[in-house]
Amino acid sequence: MLLEADDLNVRYGRNHAVRHVSLSVDEGEIVTVLGANGAGKSSLLKALQGTAGATADALRFRGQDISSRSAQKRVRSGLVMVPEGRQIFVSLTVHDNLLMGAYCRRDSDVAKDIEGVYERFPNLAQRRTMPASVLSGGEQQMLAISRALLARPVLMMLDEPSLGLSPILVNQLFELIVALNRDGLSILLVEQNTHKALQTASRGYVLELGRVVAEGTPDQLRAGEKLEAAYLGAG
Amino acid sequence: MSGYWTGIVAILCFNIVVAYSVFLPAAAGQLNLGAAGFVAIGAYTSGYLSTDVGLAMWLTIPIAALATGAVAFLISFPMLRTRGVYMVLATLAFAEIVQGIYINLEIFGAAAGYPVAAFAELDIIAPITILVILFVVFLMATRFGLSMRAVHDDERVASLFGVNTRMTKVAAFTLGGVIAGIGGAIWAHQFNYVEIQHFNILLSTFVLLYVLIGGTQTPYGPLVGAVFFTLLPEFLRVSNEWRFVIFGVIIVLMMVVRPEGLVTRTLVERFYGLFWRRGRTAVADR
Repeated sequence: MLLEADDLNVRYGRNHAVRHVSLSVDEGEIVTVLGANGAGKSSLLKALQGTAGATADALRFRGQDISSRSAQKRVRSGLVMVPEGRQIFVSLTVHDNLLMGAYCRRDSDVAKDIEGVYERFPNLAQRRTMPASVLSGGEQQMLAISRALLARPVLMMLDEPSLGLSPILVNQLFELIVALNRDGLSILLVEQNTHKALQTASRGYVLELGRVVAEGTPDQLRAGEKLEAAYLGAG
Repeated sequence: MSGYWTGIVAILCFNIVVAYSVFLPAAAGQLNLGAAGFVAIGAYTSGYLSTDVGLAMWLTIPIAALATGAVAFLISFPMLRTRGVYMVLATLAFAEIVQGIYINLEIFGAAAGYPVAAFAELDIIAPITILVILFVVFLMATRFGLSMRAVHDDERVASLFGVNTRMTKVAAFTLGGVIAGIGGAIWAHQFNYVEIQHFNILLSTFVLLYVLIGGTQTPYGPLVGAVFFTLLPEFLRVSNEWRFVIFGVIIVLMMVVRPEGLVTRTLVERFYGLFWRRGRTAVADR
């Protein structure tokens, strides 16, 4: 197992946002976490990244216990998040945003990897010296993903990447996710777009009020009633 | 150059240096409305070393810079616990405290002021100013400059990608202090007299305006802001009674029309684009 969390809990004061969640991602997998607003999806990702306080029976990444590691160290070991709402550095140039992704790296391949990003996204190449604030929503999402790629992730966690994108861009985004996965990147995808997420993922979890109420292959999840119930708030 | 213009250029150099002292923390997202406090420490330190200790200027200026930097370093820890408008107030309070201390210190002549022995002409002040500008331009192009700008935009994400945000902010604030110390030393040696009344809230406010209206996105903003606001009142002298009104109107207009400052990254990019194209398609389609 690449990532394994056992009985993970996140509490904000008296609010128990993530309750006893056990989840795993295997190497080469695309795993999706589905659920309505407030189901605890983002809190779960933040806990895995280390930016939200969490308790867990076990939290292992690449076979090592990471529960006491800082978020920075988790990034360095290859666990990289693309945060919700993209959160690119708006006044920095596109190029500097990419450099920030590689901030921890000491190797000499950074320039080569950035060129790789520019080849994949000609739009970013064209605006490399412009502040990132001039980019469109879709381009900003590409930049956020590229920035994460430059940190050399082994597992990339995406928090609602399709939020606010047009249908065409959503399709492009999911094509990109599949392409990255084919290149060997494992992916943990939190999404509201259930349809696209289940098309792309090999396994999924359904969260409801912080609990895992269903898990399995996309077919199993589609067949079960938990998925619909989780969104409609029946339960 | 006439004596009048020599005086203007000396003030201009002082304003530019102090603008850069405020720019460095601002580039990392910290607003410093206490520039006058740091400048006062630099001015009194270099003045004391020159008059009472008898050191030469090549020693008094760097020592004043380091002493001011040390003070900035020490107060950066409590200061950086505050954010936004509270940091503005905290730095303002710091400057008031410094003013209150110096006005009561008899060894520095208290309210009467303190004479400074060594005189610095433009041939000393101007090269120092140019060095400060080059230093900041260089600094902003380094990895540390990148981390400062990233902290400015989003501290949390910057820290996620490995930036030590606390260290970055402390370093920016401390370096700002060092440069403010240089500015104070320039003042002391140019006017040969240090009066605490000069280092007041008005100075801090104007310097912060140079930086904010010049623009914090690039290291050229403070330079343009300081030049613009130092020379503008001189050209407005023709209508003496109205010049501060015109001055104020220009400031308000600037904030409405161009809130990100005169010099933006896009502008610098276009400017470079006039001279060489760096082998890519034009950026003018935006």
